[in-house]
Amino acid sequence: MATEYKLRMGDGKRIFMTKEQIVADLKEGMADAADLGSIPDLSEDELDKLVDIITMPSRMVGVEQGKEVPVTHDIGTIRIDGDQGNSGVGIPSSRLVGAMMHERAFGADTMELGHIDYSYKPAKPVIAQEMQTMEICQQNMIVPMLYGAMPNMGLYYTPDGPFENPGDLMKAFKIEEARQSMEHSAEHLTRDIVWIMQRMMASGSDGVNFDTVGAAGDGDMYASLHAIEALRKQFPDIYIEAGMAGELMLGMHGELEYDGTTLAGLWPHEQAPLVAKAGANVFGPVCNTNTSKSAAWNLGRAVTFIKAAVKASPIPCHVNMGMGVGGIPMLETPTIDAVSRASKAMVEIAGVDGI
Amino acid sequence: MGMPISHIMTSGMSGIRAAGDLVARMELAKGMRIGEAKDYVAKKLDVTTDDLSDEYVMRELREELGIGVITSVAGAPKGIAAKMNIEKLLDLKINSCEKFRGQLK
Repeated sequence: MATEYKLRMGDGKRIFMTKEQIVADLKEGMADAADLGSIPDLSEDELDKLVDIITMPSRMVGVEQGKEVPVTHDIGTIRIDGDQGNSGVGIPSSRLVGAMMHERAFGADTMELGHIDYSYKPAKPVIAQEMQTMEICQQNMIVPMLYGAMPNMGLYYTPDGPFENPGDLMKAFKIEEARQSMEHSAEHLTRDIVWIMQRMMASGSDGVNFDTVGAAGDGDMYASLHAIEALRKQFPDIYIEAGMAGELMLGMHGELEYDGTTLAGLWPHEQAPLVAKAGANVFGPVCNTNTSKSAAWNLGRAVTFIKAAVKASPIPCHVNMGMGVGGIPMLETPTIDAVSRASKAMVEIAGVDGI
Repeated sequence: MGMPISHIMTSGMSGIRAAGDLVARMELAKGMRIGEAKDYVAKKLDVTTDDLSDEYVMRELREELGIGVITSVAGAPKGIAAKMNIEKLLDLKINSCEKFRGQLK
């Protein structure tokens, strides 16, 4: 009987696969990415290395000594005192305490401050509180500390915002009106991000983390790129990290462009040069996890996509590796065996500059 | 919580336990790729790039340079004071230090 190895499904459930099945799934996942993105396959050596990583008997694996990379964070301090919605563990504590715990107890390379609602728009009414907290954090912290939030352009549509919901307009075949609503929302989103970061930079922030760029489609990315451009112009030394929401830029508008490139339909290796052009220092590429496929399929696909993004990017790439992205299973408590294998594969095969 | 800690243990540079914060700062401040950032920091610290993730090397060196250590050492530079020493070490300006200096009379 062939030896079977313990793996995970994309939803985290334990499965058992033979080496032949693992290789077949790796190749299938890789081929899917290569086909969708028109990017190269992994080499035979890289596939062999992936098999080695997946079949290592240890519960947890690690990168080879000397190959370590810095880790950046979204949500950051809110993990400590936040609720389940922010993956928080509900320990009553200030955000400063959360930041210091990450720095001094967990060995985090960087940290970020974020509002409990974790989008730029809801931070506006409490900006003085955010500024005060950033000042206190900066006085006490040593690691680079960013202000992080989601652009989340959906908050600008009715019923949450002032502009008519493009989804409702499209259902009524009002395509042009839907596009105009997205364009107006994008203008407001850019303005809000810049307004907030002007104040956070005045409070000593090292910079900004754009978390989940493009979550509301190409308008969301359009607004974020223009905010990055404006912030770089105003603050030449600001640290800017821009992480994506998904692997493919959804064309909700369909015709928005940045620097002559249509945003709709861009894959990670095509997003990276635009984010760099806008003025970001670090790009966070994404590959989504398919919960119905094995960890081998998902990792083969994710490493293929991210390797191409790392190669195309003129700036460091910190691959997004939270729940349901980067080959990590899609569940609230991703298993350590799956996380450590995906993490090692991204560093040693995709060549990421950080996570 | 377990997921970010798993990444830190698997692939991370251990922050101020070693020199992860310094390498991250060069990536974020100058857009340096990982190899370039490690080379830059290692040269400034006069250590090898492997030493940057080695707590044995970095523990004493960080205290000697006054750039912050993971354990709480009474009297050692912390927070802004440690970052001001990092500014000199890495030859860059840090926004919070600039703002702090701007508030001094």
